[in-house]
Amino acid sequence: MYLIVNDVGHEVDVEPEMPLLWVLRDVIGLTGTKYGCGVAQCGACTVHVDGVARRSCQVRAGDVAGARIRTIEGLGTPDAPHPVQAAWIAGQVAQCGYCQSGQIMQAAALLAGTPDPTDADIDAAMAGNLCRCGTYPRIRAAIRAAARAAQGA
Amino acid sequence: MARIRTIARRTFLVGSAALAGGVSFGIWTVRRPHDNPLAGRVAEGAATFNPWVVVDAEGVTLLTPHADIGQGAAHMQALLIAEEMDLAPGGYRTVFPEPDAAYYNTALAAEAADALAALVPIPAAFLETAVGAATKVIGLQMTGGSSSVPDSFDKLRRAGAVARETLKAAAAAETGIAVSDLGTADGQVLLPDGTALPYTALAGRAATLDPVTDVPLRPASDWRLIGRAVPRPDVIAKSTGRQEFGIDMALEGMLHAAVRTNPRRGPMLGFDAAPAEAMRGVRKVVPVTNGVAVIADNTWRAFAAVEAVDVVWGEAPYRPEQEQHWQALAESLGSPDALNATWREDGDVDAAPGEVVEATYRAPYVAHQPLEPLNATVRVTEDAVEVWTGTQVPADAARIVAETTGHAPEDVRLHNRFAGGSFGHRLEVAHLRLAAEIADAVRGTPVKLTYSREEDFAQDFPRHIALARCAGRVAEGRVTALDIDVAAAPVTLSQSTRLGIPLGGPDTQTAAGIFNAPYAPQAFRVRGYLAEGLAPVSSWRSVGASYGGFFLEGLLDELIHAAGADPVAERLRLVSDPVARGVLERVAEMADWQGPVSGPGRGRGVALVESFGVPVAEIVEVTATERGIRIDDVWVAADAGPVVDPVNFENQVQGGVIWGLGHAITAEHTYSDGMAEQRNFPDGEGLRLSQAPRVHVAALTANRRIRGIGEPPVPPAAPALAAAIFAATGTRLREMPFRKAIDFV
Repeated sequence: MYLIVNDVGHEVDVEPEMPLLWVLRDVIGLTGTKYGCGVAQCGACTVHVDGVARRSCQVRAGDVAGARIRTIEGLGTPDAPHPVQAAWIAGQVAQCGYCQSGQIMQAAALLAGTPDPTDADIDAAMAGNLCRCGTYPRIRAAIRAAARAAQGA
Repeated sequence: MARIRTIARRTFLVGSAALAGGVSFGIWTVRRPHDNPLAGRVAEGAATFNPWVVVDAEGVTLLTPHADIGQGAAHMQALLIAEEMDLAPGGYRTVFPEPDAAYYNTALAAEAADALAALVPIPAAFLETAVGAATKVIGLQMTGGSSSVPDSFDKLRRAGAVARETLKAAAAAETGIAVSDLGTADGQVLLPDGTALPYTALAGRAATLDPVTDVPLRPASDWRLIGRAVPRPDVIAKSTGRQEFGIDMALEGMLHAAVRTNPRRGPMLGFDAAPAEAMRGVRKVVPVTNGVAVIADNTWRAFAAVEAVDVVWGEAPYRPEQEQHWQALAESLGSPDALNATWREDGDVDAAPGEVVEATYRAPYVAHQPLEPLNATVRVTEDAVEVWTGTQVPADAARIVAETTGHAPEDVRLHNRFAGGSFGHRLEVAHLRLAAEIADAVRGTPVKLTYSREEDFAQDFPRHIALARCAGRVAEGRVTALDIDVAAAPVTLSQSTRLGIPLGGPDTQTAAGIFNAPYAPQAFRVRGYLAEGLAPVSSWRSVGASYGGFFLEGLLDELIHAAGADPVAERLRLVSDPVARGVLERVAEMADWQGPVSGPGRGRGVALVESFGVPVAEIVEVTATERGIRIDDVWVAADAGPVVDPVNFENQVQGGVIWGLGHAITAEHTYSDGMAEQRNFPDGEGLRLSQAPRVHVAALTANRRIRGIGEPPVPPAAPALAAAIFAATGTRLREMPFRKAIDFV
């Protein structure tokens, strides 16, 4: 099976029903995408499949062969962060940080489709991403800051 | 005196600190500093001045013994060293050291001593010295109890100052210039002519010198980093997917394991491995304590295979049904046999004037469930064991691994990792014993054990359940008496027994947040009772105060309402401590408090709870909407003394408030047929983003000593919310989780 992750191709020998999450983490070695619940209730495993935010614990690897898969590692880097990542860093959002890969991927997908989201847009888009540390006020502020930065650019 | 003797006969232990043993250590044992565990282990040419600092030609390494469970401890510890060592932010790397007695926690004693002083007529300062001696000799290294900042504040600044002065001495030896003519900045020694010698270039010389230890600490007016907004380096890694947590461990040849242990916490009576052994990628099925594990070539295959093992489980070693747990608490409440301690007895509650108001309050078991599931990577060889995991008790973890594999304690090397949350979960060690058993079955091969979320829920040692009879009196518009009997599961005994050091005696965490309340009504009595036959329990963010604050402040709100008084004004009349008064006055000012009803369908509630030495006052404002209660705003004033990192402080307070609110609304851990009924999120998950209020934070700095802020914002949240809901709707909430009684947006 041939998977394209962050613009790099990987030939992997796995069951078609193996969740993309575990292919990324245990087979390809990209551990920025997190396991939290395995049942699409926490959002920690959120990645982009052809630009759409998906819970990778519920995506069968066989269903995304050939699709463009983007993970947190491919969104930006410490030296060249994506605008959403830059807003997260400037806003000092993370506490434990375990949910933040998924939060950021979800927020990036939101802003790609809705560059100037309302509070209701943010509530709806981020409803599936759990943060046990309670960084929500900072997540909301960072999404607004990223939107403002994009509008100003 | 009879009361003192009664207590002294017991093994007298409070929290995690031993008192009885403390006074019996020889004076030399107590005074002698621990050896620097790094001495003799660093490379040739590297200088180590103390257990926290290493400088070599490559750079500066700061060793941060407190675990980082999301509270920013690694950053905080490094910042304190950097302050005195004159390092630029980011001009160093941080490492979690392997456990050692040199890293014993100096701050646990204060909390324990304050609690003990409530029971025995001995000054808290003396008790603190005695408990402190015990923790030092034991080498108790623990992250918890909001103790990381108080433990580190002087100690790590001193470590930085010693390193700086020793590096200056090395520069003086190299250049012949007097130390008094040398300066330091940004990781360099500055010569009078402006020449800068990097610390890294001086390491070799510094390594040959005895550390300069007679160094005064700089006054607060000279601080460059403490109190400033210095970004946390881990936030960059955590925002770009680069932070490596325990669960991200990868080693050459590593296998992956999953585990299933008795959901009733009883024994495993037998199993059939055949169906699992036939599955793709499965290498081995291993019996472990109370369960079975599968070792496979990836996590997903291990998860699937362990579910395929057919297992026969034994019975629960506690009452199987939730209602029986409440029954046990009700039976122990007020029973002389179950009395654990009378924590406070000021005046005579029965003689206080006024009419009696009485109510029963309940707090359920609650699971921790940080988002990173429990995990550990272990490699066992004939002569050594290596462990990689995120733990709050690294020394205990290493000891338990050694016991499990039969190695000598000094042959276990434990590498602590950044943890994806904890909230007390990683004070436990049962999963580390299992990881060691699994790796021991395939010696030579590293194995990473990852808990499924379902296994993590089932095996969580939850917050202790509690039940209280809350009574008080009001007369002439005033609260005259508070009288609270609280029955709980024995959390300190339960937790410490699993660590192999059972601590009996008075358990402060039965009535924390109640007996230490900063109020002085005419009469105030607090008694704690312990029930038996309950589920094993553990420390959950803010521990006893997480419900104690709800019980006390809930009662107080009812009394003040009955008295017809204002909730802020009457608390200000009752408050006995100037620091607590300060946070209450401040929060009322921030919220522009005008009373509990703030508009049609809108209500406000206030609460003041002291925990871990930090008084925190919160005002919550809610609106009763057609879809349920919406929490709009929370104002918080907290006084933990000087603030090391104001941005992180605000983040911790916001998170603590949201944790307190979210679990008060949604979370309980209940048992049926001996098994936890909560299996995965959304069970007991707290709040989602759309439910989270604005949280406005003020830090006051009048506390007599510096304290931590990870836990103290939690306890006032539930009672302030309950009071706000009462103001908005007239519904009085006396049991968590609130959603059982009222709907939330």
